[in-house]
Amino acid sequence: MTATLERVDVPRTAPARGRSRARSRHRWTVLAFMAPAVLGFLLFFGYPLVATVGFSFTEYDLINPPEWTGFENYTYMFGDKLFRTAAYNTLWFVVVLTGLRVVFALGVASVIARLKSGVGLIRTLCYLPSLTPPVAATLVFFLVVRPNDGPLDAFLGWFGVEGPLWFSDPAWAKPGITLVMLWVSGDLMIILLAAIMDVPREQYEAAELDGAGPVRRWWHITLPNISPVLLFGAVNSIILALQLFTQAVVAGSAASGSADATGSTKDLGFPENSTLTFPVWLYAQGFRYFDMGYAAAMATVLFIVSFAATAVLVQRMRKASYQEEGGPGA
Amino acid sequence: MRKVPRAALLCVAAAVSLTACAAGAGKSDQAGGLAAAPGKDDKFTLTVWSPFSGREQDEVTKALESFKKKYPNAEIKHEGSQDDDKITAGIRGGNPPDVALSFTTDNIGQFCSSGSWQDLKPYIDRDKVDLSQIPDAVRSYTEYKGTRCAMPMLSDVYGLYYNKDMLAAAGITAPPKTTAELVDVAKRTTKFAPDGSIEVAGFMPTMMFYANRPPILAPHFGAKWAGPGGKSALASPEWAEMLTFQKELVDFFGFEKLERFRAGLGQQYSNDHAFHQGKMAMMIDGEYRTAFLKDQAPQIKFGTAPFPTSKPELYGTAFTAGTIIGVPKGAKNPGAAWELIRHMAFDTDTIVSLANGLKNIPSTKAALADPRLEVDETFKTFIDLAAGGKLQGNPVTPIGDAHIKAVGDFAASWQAGKVPDLMAGLKDVDKQIDDQIAKSGK
Repeated sequence: MTATLERVDVPRTAPARGRSRARSRHRWTVLAFMAPAVLGFLLFFGYPLVATVGFSFTEYDLINPPEWTGFENYTYMFGDKLFRTAAYNTLWFVVVLTGLRVVFALGVASVIARLKSGVGLIRTLCYLPSLTPPVAATLVFFLVVRPNDGPLDAFLGWFGVEGPLWFSDPAWAKPGITLVMLWVSGDLMIILLAAIMDVPREQYEAAELDGAGPVRRWWHITLPNISPVLLFGAVNSIILALQLFTQAVVAGSAASGSADATGSTKDLGFPENSTLTFPVWLYAQGFRYFDMGYAAAMATVLFIVSFAATAVLVQRMRKASYQEEGGPGA
Repeated sequence: MRKVPRAALLCVAAAVSLTACAAGAGKSDQAGGLAAAPGKDDKFTLTVWSPFSGREQDEVTKALESFKKKYPNAEIKHEGSQDDDKITAGIRGGNPPDVALSFTTDNIGQFCSSGSWQDLKPYIDRDKVDLSQIPDAVRSYTEYKGTRCAMPMLSDVYGLYYNKDMLAAAGITAPPKTTAELVDVAKRTTKFAPDGSIEVAGFMPTMMFYANRPPILAPHFGAKWAGPGGKSALASPEWAEMLTFQKELVDFFGFEKLERFRAGLGQQYSNDHAFHQGKMAMMIDGEYRTAFLKDQAPQIKFGTAPFPTSKPELYGTAFTAGTIIGVPKGAKNPGAAWELIRHMAFDTDTIVSLANGLKNIPSTKAALADPRLEVDETFKTFIDLAAGGKLQGNPVTPIGDAHIKAVGDFAASWQAGKVPDLMAGLKDVDKQIDDQIAKSGK
């Protein structure tokens, strides 16, 4: 059976014109309320974004007018050895840090959610490090794991274990920074804890009646319920990893022995450029080597990669969530 | 209907982009205009930004205030803890100081070539300033390709520091004069613990550690940064000799042991500095360390000497860099600013007083020879080096310190045993530096 729809011309009556005017007025009212946000978006996001893309096609030393150089900055990237190093380091953080941060925060939140007493104190203790300024957090961690006289090295020494050199060893510098980042991941932990606490109790009770154990309850009830928050956590962690700057600079300069020397970029990436992240190299190019055109090109690449990575992740997780809820393919 | 807003948005984007480029261009400078000097009794205010802080800032303020002897109605506003980023931001924002000071001589190429610091030549010519009062090497790190956009305000000269007790305990009566002797003395003064770890390093060979930086060490091997054509010239026997000297010592200690030892040492400008703590018998450092040691580690009996060289004829060579002072683009009172710079760079009374306060080396020949300069036995080494005519200035390029990082990175790989062919590696670094300078177009 086929249904046909026929267009019916309704004569424009006075009440209809009134409705149209009302709709128009409503539209303008909405626009007026949105205007500050839209203006802010255009000024503080749209303009810098477009300007950055514009600068990426120029030679620009921050002082003199930019000179159009076409794709020179983009082609130069292929020959820039440290561009590749920085891209690799950042990719390492995106993969490792994102995964570990979400798992770590979820693990801590899940444990806290099951605690019967002392919840407030433990929750506060787990959250507190995230309030530490990044420079202070990294320096504290550096002093704790410092070889020879750091408390961790001394502790390991009691068991005859020689600890790694952490920030002084190219193989351990990135894992060291990852540990700092995990230590300060209390913000994500709190968000996940709130999501876990928000899961309806009835679902757990029903599952319990059906004989589901703690692991199955966590897997089939907790996880699907908090998946949108996990998605947020993953996206947030990817962006955090892509923008990793302060911790890398502080760890590198402290480990190189020049944390108290000003104005130097010679130690960026110490040791052996293992902590030279993409934003650190971008900063060095723009503000230390005065090549803002190249820095803008790097920023454009970073933006495109961040956007693509986030879009793919969101799409995949939405698809997985849809299937979990019984959609096609479930 | 939907196409119209999109098209409009694209137009806006294009317009914004063009505006951005135009905005980035900033205001053109009053190039060519020569600001007149203020009258003796004129009332004016000069803002000075410097990277100094704490006690040193007070000393610099005192020196700046001495300008009032010439201009009694001048007011000087000295703001400390200002780095090059802030000065650049001030220029871009149209609110730069009248006078800027910087520790980063690596940036002089950019300051002069971009015009972010104004060319001082017209003022120098007008006032017939005799630049030969400044040692050649000091002059070299305050200009770029003939554009003089800065003047020196004291300098740092680097030499050998040695722990007298440690050398005496090893039966050594005089500091080494050649790098071969340095290796020998370093080995004899090194102490290993029973487990094989390092307790005291005779000399830390690790590149980029403390003052072990390529520009500081290179002059002692006769190594030059650029060849006659201006291209990077690191693939040379001199650079290879310097890196081989370094690697010989690294291999003596053992790279792993050395890294573990280094990782536990304190920061360069803290009380925890390894030399202050008696963990190094010798090191290369600037004259300012004499004051730090007397203040922070009076228990260390130390001596100073010219740093050993690869060839005897090079002995007495030393690296120099220092504080630079200039007029930023867009300064509101450039005429008076130049007068203040001239005062700080050439007034012997002011330079001597400031050198005594900061324990730095005077940057003019007259001040170097001034009897009021407080010179003890350890500081005299650096005064003699400065006056000896064998100073080597900081290499000046338009790419900040990118060239130093390139060499430092290479040296780090080399000392870790990751470079199979030294000369081929140095050629790669040459290419890296040349490419970046070529890209800068300056």
